[in-house]
Amino acid sequence: MTPDLECLDLVKRFGDTTAVDNVSFSVPPGSFFSILGPSGCGKTTIMRMIAGFLDPTSGDIRIKGGSVLDTPPNKRPVNMVFQHLALFPMMTIAENIGYGLRRRGMAKGEIGRKVDEALDRIGLPGIGGRKVDELSGGQKQRVAIARCMVLEPDVLLLDEPLGALDLKLREHMKVELKALQAAFDTTFVYITHDQSEALVMSDQIAVMNAGRFEQVGTGQDLYYRPDTPFVAGFIGESNRWKGRIERAEGDTVQLRTDTGLAMRATGATLSEGDMAEIFVRPESIRLADHAEALSSFDNRLKGTVTSLLFNGAASRVLVRDDAGETLEVNLPQSGEFASLKRGDTVHIGWGAGQATCFGAA
Amino acid sequence: MRRHQSRIAFFLLLTPLVLWLGLLIIIPHIDMLLISLRERISFGVYEPSLTHYEKALTEPLYLRTFWRTAVMSVLATAITLLIAFPVAYYIAKMAKGRLQQVLFMLCLIPFYVSELVRTFGWMILLRETGLVSNLLQWVGLADRPVELLYTDATMMVGLVYTSMLFMVVPLVTTLESLDDSVIEAGYDLGGSGLSVLREIIIPHAMPGIVSGCIVVFMLSLGNYLTPTMLGGKDSLWFTEMIYNQFIVRSNWELGAAFGFMLLILSSVIVWGVLRLTGRTLKETMG
Repeated sequence: MTPDLECLDLVKRFGDTTAVDNVSFSVPPGSFFSILGPSGCGKTTIMRMIAGFLDPTSGDIRIKGGSVLDTPPNKRPVNMVFQHLALFPMMTIAENIGYGLRRRGMAKGEIGRKVDEALDRIGLPGIGGRKVDELSGGQKQRVAIARCMVLEPDVLLLDEPLGALDLKLREHMKVELKALQAAFDTTFVYITHDQSEALVMSDQIAVMNAGRFEQVGTGQDLYYRPDTPFVAGFIGESNRWKGRIERAEGDTVQLRTDTGLAMRATGATLSEGDMAEIFVRPESIRLADHAEALSSFDNRLKGTVTSLLFNGAASRVLVRDDAGETLEVNLPQSGEFASLKRGDTVHIGWGAGQATCFGAA
Repeated sequence: MRRHQSRIAFFLLLTPLVLWLGLLIIIPHIDMLLISLRERISFGVYEPSLTHYEKALTEPLYLRTFWRTAVMSVLATAITLLIAFPVAYYIAKMAKGRLQQVLFMLCLIPFYVSELVRTFGWMILLRETGLVSNLLQWVGLADRPVELLYTDATMMVGLVYTSMLFMVVPLVTTLESLDDSVIEAGYDLGGSGLSVLREIIIPHAMPGIVSGCIVVFMLSLGNYLTPTMLGGKDSLWFTEMIYNQFIVRSNWELGAAFGFMLLILSSVIVWGVLRLTGRTLKETMG
């Protein structure tokens, strides 16, 4: 099947700086593709090139198999939901949604019908006569999407559209966006710096850093099987160390961190004497009262609770081991550690499979 | 006690405004109105009468000059808008950083010089022995000195030049407040340059356009120097007639009547423009 959107060796330079460095990817029809990266990593530049507001220095952009490099933005079968939505304040909601259809020279009656249909689709029937500033943030969001979707684009680009919303609404809109994507059955390309937005909504996520794609994969791939130290550090949270490999048997390695902690971990292509970066997620470390409960884990430590970081379901404890190393450990909310307090002695353990390591320079 | 104090402060702050409006605008205008509505019977003896208005509205020269001034002012406003809009758009949306500031300053700098000197500048350029005339002869487009002064076209150039800044400033301000991504969205959704201009940029800039036009129209209508110095013998401006009646003919009654006709004309046209564009004075000025 021809991908809806394909970027081949895309490069964009601004003077001496390379904003986008040799990026290639393809997005299958009907999928939700996210580009996730810290601000300034070049993701907005990619989006603006796809929309046609910037010309790539080299490389090609293909939509449904055909190159669109020579197509101006107003003729591309791509529409964009802008960061601040960019609804036209001088028009009513119906005029906003009908704008693109009017530009195509569609008959008035037909436009009215399509606009009503779109308003039904986004669950806001009958608001066509209102002004833009009479709507709430979430309503504007949906109108901005409807304004693009009436044009039935091959690809819909979304440039951090949830950034301006408050937390509660953002959580709600994540679910809603995913539902809208399914309802319209259109390819969405979504850029964001918020990993939870990308993880919740996307079929495929590309993690971008300094103009390059670090890894492209599903949310689970990125979370459980990161390819690079950057991805491991960027997606989710981690305890991280630097260390030296002491022994390697297949994928499992025995290593010692710079701070003196001995550990068994997983890391392919590493051999004895290599320097490595090690990542262990707080949620993959098991907390226990007695050492016996942790007998099945490869790595076991005894330590003292130095801090309790309460954050509802995502609460953590900071545990310092005898060597003076502090680890972040998830606090289970099942009740057994409800009485845990500062200064208590606890046992922690994690498997070699949960400790990921990468070769370091 | 606090309330009492704040009331005093309020009146103190209001005083300059009331004095300014009252002494310089309202009282002189009431006096003007009274002067225009009387007729001199003999030395020091006056009677109420509408005779000056009657004269102003029946004498063809007066009436013709009145309408000509109105039409030419509207035309000057329209030309100023047409020239100022691209300039303002460039300054507000296309020029970046320092260039933007420099261009804006360049619009402002001519106003460091008095209007009289600026108008003389045009005379130096355009007179028979002036720069433009010499240049045309040197290039070979004319074989003898060309007089470019004292025509309606010259006067129009002068009026537009004088008014430019007052159109550019409100336009730049409103255009700057238009988010670039709104313009991009216009293109992204299939708009062409012309339709984005018509449906997005101009509706957004409407408050600036209307307030700029009102200011420029009033300035042109009330301009005295430019039509007098650059206009020819056929380019009589209504303000010149007011001046003549007051100063040359010492006929204050007719001059006051002319003054009131001009005030009514500008009020009616401004009201008409606001009605036509569906705006209120409050929206446009505030």
